[in-house]
Amino acid sequence: MASLKSIKKRIVSVKNTRQITKAMKMVSAAKLRRAQENVVAARPYAKKLGEVLQNLSASLEGDLHPLLEKRDAKNLLLIVLTSDRGLCGGFNTNLCKAADRYLKEKESSFDQISVMTIGRKGYEFLKSRYTVYKNYSNVLAKPNYQTAAMMAQEVIDGFVAGEYDQVELLYNSFRTVMSQDITFEPMLPVVPDKSAETDATPVEYIYEPSVDELLAEILPKNIEVQIFTAMLETVAGEHGARMTAMDSASKNANEMIGKLTLQYNRARQAAITTELMEIISGSESIKG
Amino acid sequence: MAEKMKLEIVTPYKKVVDTEVEEVTATGSLGEFGVLPGHAPFLTSLRIGELAYKLNGVYEHMSLNWGYFEICDDKIIVLVETAELAADIDLERAKAALSRAEEKLKKLTSEDKQFKVYEAALQRALIRMQVAGKGVRK
Repeated sequence: MASLKSIKKRIVSVKNTRQITKAMKMVSAAKLRRAQENVVAARPYAKKLGEVLQNLSASLEGDLHPLLEKRDAKNLLLIVLTSDRGLCGGFNTNLCKAADRYLKEKESSFDQISVMTIGRKGYEFLKSRYTVYKNYSNVLAKPNYQTAAMMAQEVIDGFVAGEYDQVELLYNSFRTVMSQDITFEPMLPVVPDKSAETDATPVEYIYEPSVDELLAEILPKNIEVQIFTAMLETVAGEHGARMTAMDSASKNANEMIGKLTLQYNRARQAAITTELMEIISGSESIKG
Repeated sequence: MAEKMKLEIVTPYKKVVDTEVEEVTATGSLGEFGVLPGHAPFLTSLRIGELAYKLNGVYEHMSLNWGYFEICDDKIIVLVETAELAADIDLERAKAALSRAEEKLKKLTSEDKQFKVYEAALQRALIRMQVAGKGVRK
């Protein structure tokens, strides 16, 4: 049996760990609330923009915008969003594995596959396996729209220049605090959704300037919003996942402390018993 | 005029305005325009500029960054990157931004890539100051 001292030491160290995991859980909970608010606040914008886009594409005619152009898909770009920091359970690992699986599947049908990563964890996982086109780290600490716009511009430029023919987005969408969904989203070329047309009669709008010009402005916007939303969802998901992970870590620490304390008490009791036995047998022998 | 329109101004960060209004004027990409209840469906892009809406006879002024304006069935949706009410504008910051942009523009020529960026910054600052002034007078 381990010595009393060494058990005591372990209890102390587990207690320290528990303190850290508890603190991290609290921090994540606070950050989660803010991140969640951001997600909710950004939703109406994305929704409305989608509606406007739908209206526009319903009455779309004439020249196709470059971002709508469907080409032979030869070069694929996958944008992967992960967190910058670890200790959040399977949040990053699951996503990276999904990305890996997906890309393996696609490897045969594309000439070239490149990856753009947002977040350090994804970069570290994917850099040895695929060509990383670009990596952005430390942008998720404070997601802002300008960063998303900048990234969108880069993606759009690459697409228009023909560096890649298909762009897809992979991220953890925030469902509840406990669960995140791995989400694939096609990004480019933009496929106008014509399915929803049936339930509402298309309204004849007065467009100013023309439909094409409006579309040319709104399509890049939509990409920006897509990236921005994905960023917010990732941040919220990260904190949710960390909170859950840290909660279970704290629980495990509690359990461990319980077990160790039991062990400690047993060892102490055993030591006392031995000591008593020694004293008693000593006095017995004196009595003779 | 009893008739009113519903106005929603939405940015990626939050819904800034959600109210009933009597009249709206804004700066479109082809110039300033105004809408009243009963307007035909209309969709336009907005430039950096000012938006004003009338509520119970009082005008509220806002400075807007680039965005969209849509009206359909007396429901107005404005999608913008940033929107600030006149009262919320930080005049000092706008002034600082203005002088900063001016300085940069002096060094650049119109061919530079950065020129457009600072030009937009200059415009934003100017509009902010203009709108902030209106907020005080009200």
